[in-house]
Amino acid sequence: MPSFDSLLRRTAEGLYCPAGDFHVDPVRPVARAVITHGHADHARSGHGSVLATAPTLAIMQARYGESFAGVTEAVSYGQAVSRNGVRVTLAPAGHVLGSAQVVLSWNGMTIVVSGDYKRRRDPTCPPFVPVPCDVFVTEATFGLPVFRFPDAADETARLLKSVGQFPGRTHLVGVYALGKAQRLIRLLRQAGYGDTLYMHGAIAAMNAVYQAQGVPLGPLAPATESGGDRLPGRIVLAPPSAIADKWARRFADPLPAFASGWMQVRARARQRQVELPLVLSDHADWNELTDTLTELKPQEVWITHGDEDGLLRWATLNGLAARALEISGYGDEDD
Amino acid sequence: MHAFARLLDQLAFTPARNAKLILLRDYLAGAPDPERGWALASLTGALRFETAKAGFIRKAAEARLDPQLFALSYDFVGDLAETVALIWPASPDTGSEPELPEVVEMLRNASRRQVQQLLEGWLDAIADATGRWALLKLLTGGLRVGVSARLAKQALALLGGVKIHDIEDVWHSQEPPYADLFAWLEGRSGRPSALTPGRFRPVMLAQAIDGQPDPPTGDFARYDAADYAAEWKWDGIRVQAVSEKGVRRLYSRTGEDVAPAFPDVVAALDFDGVLDGELLIFRDGHARPFGDLQQRLNRKTADAKLMAQYPAGIRAYDLLVERGQDIRHLPFRDRRERLVSFVTSLRNPRIDLSPLQPFADWAMLAQLRGRPPDGDPQVAEGLMLKRWDSPYEAGRPRGPWFKWKRDPHLVDAVLMYAQRGHGKRSGFYSDYTFGVWRRDANGDLMLTPVGKAYFGFTDEELKRLDKFVRDNTVERFGPVRAVRADRDFGLVLEVAFEGLQRSSRHKSGIAMRFPRINRIRWDKPAREADELGGLERMLDATDRRSG
Repeated sequence: MPSFDSLLRRTAEGLYCPAGDFHVDPVRPVARAVITHGHADHARSGHGSVLATAPTLAIMQARYGESFAGVTEAVSYGQAVSRNGVRVTLAPAGHVLGSAQVVLSWNGMTIVVSGDYKRRRDPTCPPFVPVPCDVFVTEATFGLPVFRFPDAADETARLLKSVGQFPGRTHLVGVYALGKAQRLIRLLRQAGYGDTLYMHGAIAAMNAVYQAQGVPLGPLAPATESGGDRLPGRIVLAPPSAIADKWARRFADPLPAFASGWMQVRARARQRQVELPLVLSDHADWNELTDTLTELKPQEVWITHGDEDGLLRWATLNGLAARALEISGYGDEDD
Repeated sequence: MHAFARLLDQLAFTPARNAKLILLRDYLAGAPDPERGWALASLTGALRFETAKAGFIRKAAEARLDPQLFALSYDFVGDLAETVALIWPASPDTGSEPELPEVVEMLRNASRRQVQQLLEGWLDAIADATGRWALLKLLTGGLRVGVSARLAKQALALLGGVKIHDIEDVWHSQEPPYADLFAWLEGRSGRPSALTPGRFRPVMLAQAIDGQPDPPTGDFARYDAADYAAEWKWDGIRVQAVSEKGVRRLYSRTGEDVAPAFPDVVAALDFDGVLDGELLIFRDGHARPFGDLQQRLNRKTADAKLMAQYPAGIRAYDLLVERGQDIRHLPFRDRRERLVSFVTSLRNPRIDLSPLQPFADWAMLAQLRGRPPDGDPQVAEGLMLKRWDSPYEAGRPRGPWFKWKRDPHLVDAVLMYAQRGHGKRSGFYSDYTFGVWRRDANGDLMLTPVGKAYFGFTDEELKRLDKFVRDNTVERFGPVRAVRADRDFGLVLEVAFEGLQRSSRHKSGIAMRFPRINRIRWDKPAREADELGGLERMLDATDRRSG
C-alpha cells in the first residue's frame, strides 16, 4: 500500500493531494482547490477551479465578487466526485454555514481533512459528522485544556441579562462577520429576543448570504442609519476591531462585549478592554478535540494549526501517533 | 456560589463606578441571606482566612494534572489561580456545588490540612470555571475587583433607598452576614442600633470654595469673613480617633479601620471620646510631607523600625464626643473651646492641636494662603474655613465648611503614551502618560515618564487630543499607543499637580499626586518642556522647608 503522503502532504501552498492533483484550502492561488469553508484564511480568491458546498461558494462570491475563481463546482454533503481515481466527498464540519470536512479515499486508505470544526449544536449549520479514517487532519485552535467552553445558551443569557441591567447603554458585541454573527443572532432569537438587532455594515453583507441560504435572522437594521438615535438598550453587532474604536463613539455609553473562544482567558478580554466577555466559539474546544480523536481512533493525527503542543502532548499520553503540519496562514481571520 | 462568582467576574471587567454600583445593588437585591452578607463581607475586606494560602492551589494542581499540559496552560494564561480554575477536571457528580455560606463557615474552622482537602473537593464539585475562579479568589483573599468598602456601602444605600451616612452610622455595629442590616434596608425591621462603643461617626467634609477673595466674588462675596474660623488643611489623611469604654479605633474618613497599621497612634488614644484630626508623620514636633506618611499607609502592620523612622500622630481638628457626651450638635465655637482643653490636658506629644489662624478679611487670608509662614504651614495643602456656628453634620453641606487649596504646581510635560478610555470615552484615547526631559548617560536629553492624567480637558479638546494620538502613533501595545515625542516634535501638556513624592517604583524616581491636564500647549515646542531637574529641586525644597 502506498504511504499516506501519496494521498496528502504539506506543500508551500498548503495541503496537497498528489494522487488527485489538487489542493485543500491552499493559502496561495493554485490550479485546482477544494475549499472547506468560507473564512478568508481558508478560502482565498484566484484559484483556477474551486470545489466546495454551494453555501461556501455563495460566501466566496459575496466576499470576492463574481470572478473569484476560474471554474466552480458545487457539491452537496455526501455526494462523491472523482479526481484521478481519488474519491472526494464532503461531510458537515459544524463550523459555519457550508463548512465541510474533505474525505479523501484512494487505494483502500481514507484521510479526512476536517478544516475548522466544532461538535456543539449550531442553529445556522448542520452538525459535524464523524467519518472513520486512517488519518484525521485536525485544527487545534484551542488545543489547551484551559479551553473548555460553557454552554452557548448561558453566554447568550448573560448578554441579555446585562442588557436588562444597563438599559441606558448600547451593548456593542464584537463578532466575526461570517458565522459567529449569525450564530449569535440565532441564539438570541432562540432565547426569545425578538427586538431589532443592529448591524455594522461588514456584518450585514454576510447576513444577507445566510438569509438567502434559508437561515432566518429576524428583524435587523443598520447600526449607523438610526437617524441620530444612539441606540441605548440595544444590541449592536460589529467586527471586533470596531467595538473599542472610533466607530463606537456614536452609541450611548457603549458597553463593549466580545464573543470569542479567546474570551475564556481574562487577560485576553482585558487587553481588548472588553467589559462583557462572551465565551462563544465556532471551533472545537479541548474536550471536543480530544473526544473526536478518541471517537475516531485514526492511525495518525495531523495537526494543521493552532496550539499543537497541547494536543501533541495529549496524543502521547493517550497512545495516538500525532504530528504537527505547522501550516502558516491559517487562523488569521478568526482568532 | 454561582451568583457570587458571576458578580465577581462582572465587577472585574467593569471599570465604571456607576456600573459597578448597579451590579452590586442587583446582586444584593437578588441573593438570599446569609449568602449576600458573606459576599458583602468578602468584598469589603471584612473576611480573611488565615489558613488559606496560594501554595495550596499549586499543590492541588500538581497532584491532579499532567505537569506538561499544566505548564503549557499556565504559560498561556499567565495567572496561577485562573489557570487552575480553567483546567481543573471537575466532576460535578462527586457532590453538590458548595454555597458561599457553607464555604465561609468551613474555611473559618478548618486547619491547614483540612483546607487542602476542602479546596480539592470544592474544585471537583463546581462545574463552571468562573465558579472555581471565584472560589480561589475568595480563598486567597485577593478579590481585586475594584470595589472599595465605600462603594459597597453606596450600593447598600441604593438598595435601601437611604443615604450613605445612614449606612455608615450603623455599619460598625454590624457583623457579617449583616442580617439586621438587610432586614432594615428591605423594610422588614427597624434601623439597627448604632450605639456600639468604638463605632464610626460619619464624617463632615468641606466644599471647595468658589470665586475670588479680592475683590470678593462667588462664595467670598456671599459669606462674611467674620463668621468663619480658618486653620491649615494638613496634608496627611483625615482620621477619626475613637476611644470609648476600652475600645480604640482609628478610622479613615470612609470608615475603614486603619488601627493595625498605626499601633503607635492607637497607644496614644489614652482618653474617653472621639477626635477628628489629620494623621501625620511628626518629627521633632513638626509635620512631615505626605510622602513620609505614604511609607506607612496600605500596610497591614508596622514594625518597630518603621515606626521609629516614621513616627505617626494626630493633629486634632475637632471633638465629636467628650467623655461619653455627644457634642456634635454644638456650634464649632463651643466644640473648639472644648477641643483645646481636651487636647491640652492629654499632654501627649502624638496628639496636638491644629491652630486657628486669625484674620481680618478675605484679602488678608488670601495673603496667608499665598505665602504660608515658615514651619509646618509650608507643607499644608491650603486652608480650611469653618463657620463658627456650624454643628458637625455628616456629608458635604454647602456653606458651613470650605476648603481653599493652595494653587497647584505646574509642569510642562510631553505626551508619550495614550490609552483608550471606557464607557463614554470608549474609542477615544483619553488616558495620557507624559514625561519630562532628562539627560541620559551619554548626555543626551531623553523623555522620562513622570505621570499619567485622564481628566482636565473638555470634550472638544479630547477629540483633538485623540486625533493627535492617532495621527502621530509610532508604536502600539494592546490598547496603548506610543506617540511621537522627541526634541523636534511632540505635544506639550501643562500638567497641574498637588505635590511630589519620591518613588522607587517609577523610573523617574518621582510620583505625582493628583495630576491633571491644566492646559494643552499646542503652541509650545516639545524641546521647551521642563526637565526632571526642576521637579527634583522642588522635592528637595519641600524636604528642606519642612525639615
